[in-house]
Amino acid sequence: MSTPLACEVDTLIGVKWQKPPLVKRAWLRWTLIAGFAGYLVAAFLTIEVNWMRVYEGLDRGAAFVLAFTSPDFTSRAGDIWEGMVESVVMTVTASVVGIAISIPIGLGAARNIAPLPVYLACRGIVAISRALQEIIVAILLVAIFGFGPLAGFLTLSFATIGFLSKLLAEDIESMDRVQAEAIKASGARWTQWINYGVQPQVMPRLIGLSMYRIDINFRESAILGLVGAGGIGATLNTAFDRYEYDTAAAILILIIVVVMTLEYLSGIIRARVQ
Amino acid sequence: MLRLKKLLKTYKTGDEALKSIDLEVPDGQVLALIGPSGAGKSTMIRCINRLVEPTSGEVWLDDTELTKLSSGALRQERRQMGMIFQEYALVERLTVMENVLSGRLGYVGFWRSFLRKFPQSDVDEAYRLLDRVGLLSMVDKRADELSGGQRQRVGICRALIQNPKLLLVDEPTASLDPKTSRQIMRLICELCAERGLAAIINIHDVALAQMFVSRVVGLRLGALEFDGAPQELTPDVLTTIYGEEDWEATIEKVEDDEEEQVA
Amino acid sequence: MPVLEKDGVRVWQRRSRSESLIRWFGWLIGVAVFMYCWQQISAVTTWFFVVDAPRIAGDIWDRATPPKWGYITQLGRPIWDTLNIATLGTIIALTLAVPTAFLAARNTTPSALFVRPIALLVIVSTRSINSLIWALLLIAIIGPGVFAGVVAIAIRSIGFCAKLLYEAIEEINESQVEAVTATGASRWQVMAYGIVPQILPAFAGIAVFRWDINIRESTVLGLVGAGGIGLQLSASLNVLAWPQVSLILIVILFAVVISEWVSAKVRGAII
Repeated sequence: MSTPLACEVDTLIGVKWQKPPLVKRAWLRWTLIAGFAGYLVAAFLTIEVNWMRVYEGLDRGAAFVLAFTSPDFTSRAGDIWEGMVESVVMTVTASVVGIAISIPIGLGAARNIAPLPVYLACRGIVAISRALQEIIVAILLVAIFGFGPLAGFLTLSFATIGFLSKLLAEDIESMDRVQAEAIKASGARWTQWINYGVQPQVMPRLIGLSMYRIDINFRESAILGLVGAGGIGATLNTAFDRYEYDTAAAILILIIVVVMTLEYLSGIIRARVQ
Repeated sequence: MLRLKKLLKTYKTGDEALKSIDLEVPDGQVLALIGPSGAGKSTMIRCINRLVEPTSGEVWLDDTELTKLSSGALRQERRQMGMIFQEYALVERLTVMENVLSGRLGYVGFWRSFLRKFPQSDVDEAYRLLDRVGLLSMVDKRADELSGGQRQRVGICRALIQNPKLLLVDEPTASLDPKTSRQIMRLICELCAERGLAAIINIHDVALAQMFVSRVVGLRLGALEFDGAPQELTPDVLTTIYGEEDWEATIEKVEDDEEEQVA
Repeated sequence: MPVLEKDGVRVWQRRSRSESLIRWFGWLIGVAVFMYCWQQISAVTTWFFVVDAPRIAGDIWDRATPPKWGYITQLGRPIWDTLNIATLGTIIALTLAVPTAFLAARNTTPSALFVRPIALLVIVSTRSINSLIWALLLIAIIGPGVFAGVVAIAIRSIGFCAKLLYEAIEEINESQVEAVTATGASRWQVMAYGIVPQILPAFAGIAVFRWDINIRESTVLGLVGAGGIGLQLSASLNVLAWPQVSLILIVILFAVVISEWVSAKVRGAII
């Protein structure tokens, strides 16, 4: 046993060692590297940057950064207040309605508890909601329902459904089957089974995800105003248009503070339910 | 020669892990450090190469006092002390060869090590060591593909390729099955004998310690309780180190084991 | 366990009386807040339009179908731009997110007192603000175009990637780092050998995940003038060219599905 090994080591002494490459086939490795490098070159070449314009913009950039040191909360206080309230209102309503709708759809989109037709229908809804972005949905809904927070509310609810149902369904699909079976074995009807066998298992995660989604909804509500769907975005857009950087800085600071607060709260709540 | 003088470690929590340890380990001596969990065995080993900063006291490795060294000089000295860990502590996503070569990090510059361009002499030595521990065929396997015993052998190679004077071994067998534990212990002791290395081996398995080493040091609550040959470990001594228990069985088992251990 | 004595019979209840009172009160407040918010929305909504909505939706549908397929010839360049915005933005973001994450992670930050809070501030502020807002801001500063889009995507992604990355760094196995330190390795070598291999899978996953999201976001950046296919979308919307709008929406949908497929494939290959 030891003799052949000793031979083997003698053959290896003096041989250069190299880390085995990630992609074993050399031609594939080089094709991938060359393809990526080629893409990067092409991408850089096709981007048109007006460096003069960028250079001129540096002053404005500096002005904007400076504006953060002296944000102006007061001169447009009325607009900011209204916009923030509208954003919060949209966040609250859309989160409540979105979460309420996404629970049944999430149940329906879990293959292990829903019959096939229901499963397909629910998965379809989830797929559509996830593929369409908030801002595009908002444009369409503004066209249909007119300007205002109603369109924003509907947009966020719709987006919440796609996000939450998918994750809820995945959570249900990966739950512990034995616990659920034990409840079923006791002769529980379907609703009781969900209530006792499934709900306790997925509840902590559902609460965590809901908190996370509220956070996202607030952030998204800040841009819906750009397309006329209500919220702080409209105020922000106006501030940028008028080059009122100090007001814009104030609004951005407010958004960051609210998001941080929400994250902090959701951290506490998640720690408590888990 | 390693000398510890009044080595003391108090953690921020106020726990006195080491209470003024004095110890001398001559060149080429393999020493087993026994004691219950929390006795300060790990802390002591880590205070020697300053993975844990001692609170006070001195650590002499030959003519260098380690506790006062700057971080650069400390790195130079760490190269003299190979360390072997409890849970192997291999970098799991690197290959066996990379793990072994990482023992040479103290000798090569950053970019060379980053680009994996180690000197050929290091690579040769790595092959020799892997051959010695019987893992030559595993060179390009990733460390997380190996079994526990194999990983610990890689860990041993990583420590030895540093070309150390001293091995610090922290519970080398704690996560291994009894047979592999013995093989690993035997390997470590054989290698120490071959290369004339001194070693401090933390081990909680008294029987295993008695089987392989020439000197045993017992630690209890951060203080030295026993220092002597393995034969001197009587039930009374074990009781002072570990507390009241029927020790006869343990010691007898050792003798039985020694008979059958020829394979 | 709350047990109620009632006529000498012990009745088990899930919650004690005060607990259930608090719960009911909580629900009451929740419902009240929701109703108040709903009223706010309802007050500024012209319900006449809402009643009319189905007819308008049908009207738009009629105008938008069939999509103007011939228009696709003009979409090649915008699609290329969109891809570039997402990819270059992701690459720039990753190169900046890596050092930020190392500065923000508790176990690698050079100073928990000074450097870490700054890194965390960078992460929070870039993450909280949507890429559309960053684009709006950058257009005001450096002018409209693809470049503003790239920078907007990059800034938005820094915080996102750095947050996930520093969480991964904080979860690494310390004993592997200790082992590399014990060999006498320098600070940078410890990073390259002890830390980087451990977070590499997480890093690759984050990169692909964020690239997927960035493809989605870069399709709409054009709405504010930051290049890509969104420019065509907003131009078509402005002139109410609904058949073009529907074609663009189909293209965007297609791009999103493809990017999700690619990212799922790549993630599967890594893990």
